[in-house]
Amino acid sequence: MSVLAGVIAVLEPPAGVSARHVRSEPAIVRWTIIGVSLAFLTMFLVMPLAVVFMQAFARGIGPYLGALTHPDALAAIWLTLLVAAISVSLNLAFGLIAAWAIAKFEFPGKGFLITLIDLPFSISPVISGLVFVLLFGAQGFFGAYLQEHDIKIIFALPGIVLATLLVTFPFVARELIPLMKEQGTQDEEAAISLGASGLQTFFRVTLPNVKWALLYGVLLCNARAMGEFGAVSVVSGHIRGETNTMPLHIEILYNEYQFMASFAVASVLALLALLTLIAKAILECAMEHA
Amino acid sequence: MTASSDVAGTADPHFPPVGAWRKTKRQPSAIPGFGLTLGLTLSWLALIVLIPVAGLFLKSTELSFDQFWSIVTSRRSLHAFQVSFGLSLLAAAINLVFGVLIVWTLVRYEFPGRRVFDAIIDIPFALPTAVAGIALTTLFAENGWLGGLLAPFGVKVSFTPLGILMALIFIGLPFVVRTVQPVLLDLESELEEAAMTLGANRWQVFTKVIVPIIGPALLTGFALAFARAVGEYGSVIFIAGNLPNVSEIAPLLIVIRLEEFKYADATALAVVMLLVSFTLLLAINRLQQWSETRTGRD
Repeated sequence: MSVLAGVIAVLEPPAGVSARHVRSEPAIVRWTIIGVSLAFLTMFLVMPLAVVFMQAFARGIGPYLGALTHPDALAAIWLTLLVAAISVSLNLAFGLIAAWAIAKFEFPGKGFLITLIDLPFSISPVISGLVFVLLFGAQGFFGAYLQEHDIKIIFALPGIVLATLLVTFPFVARELIPLMKEQGTQDEEAAISLGASGLQTFFRVTLPNVKWALLYGVLLCNARAMGEFGAVSVVSGHIRGETNTMPLHIEILYNEYQFMASFAVASVLALLALLTLIAKAILECAMEHA
Repeated sequence: MTASSDVAGTADPHFPPVGAWRKTKRQPSAIPGFGLTLGLTLSWLALIVLIPVAGLFLKSTELSFDQFWSIVTSRRSLHAFQVSFGLSLLAAAINLVFGVLIVWTLVRYEFPGRRVFDAIIDIPFALPTAVAGIALTTLFAENGWLGGLLAPFGVKVSFTPLGILMALIFIGLPFVVRTVQPVLLDLESELEEAAMTLGANRWQVFTKVIVPIIGPALLTGFALAFARAVGEYGSVIFIAGNLPNVSEIAPLLIVIRLEEFKYADATALAVVMLLVSFTLLLAINRLQQWSETRTGRD
């Protein structure tokens, strides 16, 4: 008995020492780790963001609004919205279709298909633009044909949309696939056996089940679509007022030493990024409680 | 697709063995739309991703092997690869060390503003690379907030390879943090307590108990940060200075060759970068499976 009591005494933490204390470090170590971490985050994440807004408003609100309402800036904002609207809705449709095929059915090669869908994440943005120049550029595989029929893809809107589509390809699908796999097929099977059609089942059963994850994927897809630089830069041709998206317009202004105007346009995208992060935090909350 | 089913079957732990597939084939699913949705998925995938990427490889076959080799081993190309791969490795290593400290801080400690710091980790995911590029350049310029602190010591950051390193650290950080964080969060306290009762000190618990458990996640995060940094373009070109043979990254060299209408050169360089990316993707897939089986996470 006394041996057992001894063992228990060893296993139980001494009075006043909670489990939390056993897993913690001495105060000096703790505060050093916290200090170094927060200094690193402040230096690399907080300060760059602060710089954007400081520089954008360096000369006050008037010049800031002037930079944003310049015709070239407005054209860039419009083009960015247009490209994002097209590519996000196409990727939204693809994501839902791909997730349905992958999550609700068993077939050989599924793992390989998922890897292929994720592939664009590991391709350099520059290469994502280059592949379309090689296909549709003047020297490309279809270059001569396109010129004959006077169809412009590269240095025009279709090229920018194609490059953005490739870069943002996996965003919606990869949010939906794991969730729809986890939810299984019972709900859908029940709906079908009760006489619902395939489309009814999809819109009334599947879609409500995945709405938060879908919104989350669309949000990330949109942030990337509006902010894409490398891929779009290769296919756009940088024609002012015509094929310049906001990130490309930022580059042009910056290289012309119009720093304030450049940061003014950048601040709009930075604000969008902040709103995306806030919406993401809210959606994560919603998904946890779903 | 059928030829690859064996490979995919072993690669995906959720993929049923061949026998199970035969079973599902015998009992067709009640849910409609398989043929249609899979057909659309494969067509769209081919149109947007597979055919364009295949076109790049096809274009590179127009070069003889000697031509290809002389392009990718030219002095300027080799320097660009060296800058891209070398600095990406260094940035991923720095992110690994600080990433662990940051995850530890966020998971284990309570302090004011913890949730805000947790949320801002994703800034590099959400902030467009061009915006990050001009912001970091201004921050680390000689008259910038941080560059000004370093200038008296003769340290120049913006427009040097050190600037490239800063940009690559910025874009890689969330990969390490977001890969390691859930694993450390799930770590059961009993393991550490058992080690403590057996006489281990905190450092021993960390190196002998915690690191082996979060090890696969650490490696995955490192590989993800490295893979992203190798191909990064937007955030780097503003701060790099872009001096050939000194601070010129491989993606920028591709763009330069393209603007000179040297499509063959751009293609050859892109093929090398793509092959590296594919190798990394395979390695990351393996690492993630290892991490999942090691920690029992899904």
